[in-house]
Amino acid sequence: MEQTLTRKKKISTYDVVVYIILGIMAIITFYPFYNVLIISFARFDVISKSNLYWLPKSFDFSAYKLIFGDGKFWNAFTVSVLVTVLGVAFSMIISVAGAYALSKKGMPGRNLLLTMILITMFFNGGLIPFYLIVKNLGLVNNILVMIVPAGINTLYLIIMKNYFNTIPEGLEESAKLDGANDFMILLRIIIPISAPFMATFALFYAVERWNEWWHALIFISDSAKAPLQIYLREVLITSNSSLNSMAMTLAEQKATTKVYTPSLQMATIIVSCIPIMLVYPFLQKHFAKGILVGSIKE
Amino acid sequence: MQRESKAGGRSSKSGLWNTMLQYKYHYMMVLPVIVWYILFCYLPMYGITLSFKTFDFSKGILGSPWVGFQHFREISHDPEFWSAFKNTVIISLSKLVIHFPLPIILAMVINEFSRTKARKFFQTLFTFPHFISWVVLAGILTNIFSNDGIYIQLMTMLGFDASSPLVSVNGFRPMIYLSHVWKEIGWDSIIYMAALTGINPELYEAAEMDGASRLQRLRYIAWPGIKSTVAILFILTIGNLLSLGSSFEQIFNLYSSPVYSVADTIDTYVYRTTFTVGADFGYMTAVGLIKSAISLVLLVLANMTVKKMGEQGLY
Repeated sequence: MEQTLTRKKKISTYDVVVYIILGIMAIITFYPFYNVLIISFARFDVISKSNLYWLPKSFDFSAYKLIFGDGKFWNAFTVSVLVTVLGVAFSMIISVAGAYALSKKGMPGRNLLLTMILITMFFNGGLIPFYLIVKNLGLVNNILVMIVPAGINTLYLIIMKNYFNTIPEGLEESAKLDGANDFMILLRIIIPISAPFMATFALFYAVERWNEWWHALIFISDSAKAPLQIYLREVLITSNSSLNSMAMTLAEQKATTKVYTPSLQMATIIVSCIPIMLVYPFLQKHFAKGILVGSIKE
Repeated sequence: MQRESKAGGRSSKSGLWNTMLQYKYHYMMVLPVIVWYILFCYLPMYGITLSFKTFDFSKGILGSPWVGFQHFREISHDPEFWSAFKNTVIISLSKLVIHFPLPIILAMVINEFSRTKARKFFQTLFTFPHFISWVVLAGILTNIFSNDGIYIQLMTMLGFDASSPLVSVNGFRPMIYLSHVWKEIGWDSIIYMAALTGINPELYEAAEMDGASRLQRLRYIAWPGIKSTVAILFILTIGNLLSLGSSFEQIFNLYSSPVYSVADTIDTYVYRTTFTVGADFGYMTAVGLIKSAISLVLLVLANMTVKKMGEQGLY
């Protein structure tokens, strides 16, 4: 990064063009989220005139009130929190231990294991055999299905393994001479020195579990065990949820003053994304480093 | 020291055993990973044998009776499969051609910035959509492109006769490509940006002293510096192109019956017919197998191409 500081000082037309293009891209990236925010606060009489506005014309919290009063929302929210917490613990424990072991170059069978793991990135049994096996394991309508079968992200595992390879061996050898076994070395030395790296991957897994949707779609039919993303799908796409019937269509709203459906949908999006927005600064701080340390080595 | 004992260990059986004993704790650590891959990756791969069987609920995968290539013969006469097959190939390849180069260009452009603040700002902003699920993004897109959404209002204001691309046969696929670029361009560019920052700054200085133009610096310093990264990511992208989940989440959440003819991919077809119509599991496994086979062929071709270009391949 320092190298760029010493380069070029004048602003050329090239810079201007590049800034304009990036600026337009920035607006295109940002605006949809901003649109979501202002619609979530809009009163139906404002929004019914035009969806096209740049500044919020009203701050109406009734959509949020409706969501927070919905028992199904809280239920889905709780499921997602549970899945995220347990899921991150599960994923981190098995991938950190596994990646650390796989980083040991002298371990007999290591290359075979790595190859077998890599193959799964390019070839899989497909939906039906996967479904049948998970079903046989008794995981249908069990929240573990969003934690265990979803548990390892192969790419993360490989990146972690490459990262552990970059830690100098000498560090471990001195601990070994002091009589520490490999579990202790991992717990007391390796994990503490790579805390920021670990934190990044814990957050990656957390985002994955929070956004968990696919396993729930296939394996969870009991609505009491449905996570937030399934609830969202109901509110946003299939629009036959209890919430949507509490909100109203535009025509109905001319007569009464209830919550406008899009406001409600956008408010649901905001509420469900708040946890990600809260962790994003932390994610952002480390992810470039985390992803890159050795991600393409070997 | 360790290295010597390892070399010695290879020569005899008891030596190998001793080496393995040295690593006993490491084997314990990797055991859960092995179990996980067997359960959720390798058993399903074995389950592919269902392609040649008729699934019988009471008998399971192992006990179901064999039917040979019957499913594959039926598939060849299934018009819905061929439509899904065609869409899968078109959507995957178009995504590759349209999306793959963009993050590289973005990384090179952002890398040109001397001001790290601007760099950080763009990187942060462009990466954000990656962390939002397709369910949510589909909700946002549906809102923007609905009949009273901002897109149609804007187009009408500008005097165009617009309809929602989400339900239009011509508009749906471009919508898929663009929303994919929008969501992933920032995230995908990070890896190239890191490769670019790894280039020795002295190379740039020397080039500048020799009077190299900006484009020349990109061409002769930045590009060679990231070429091998590009090659590996190209193979990885091909491998993931047809994998379950990547397009499924996006398309499944955005499509609706008016656009099935251009949007239904093999994954969405398998899901829809299995879980709503209740098609034969053996038949649908065979459909899935065909998809895996296409994906594997693409991967081998990509690896060959990359090797021909003088880069290190995946294997």
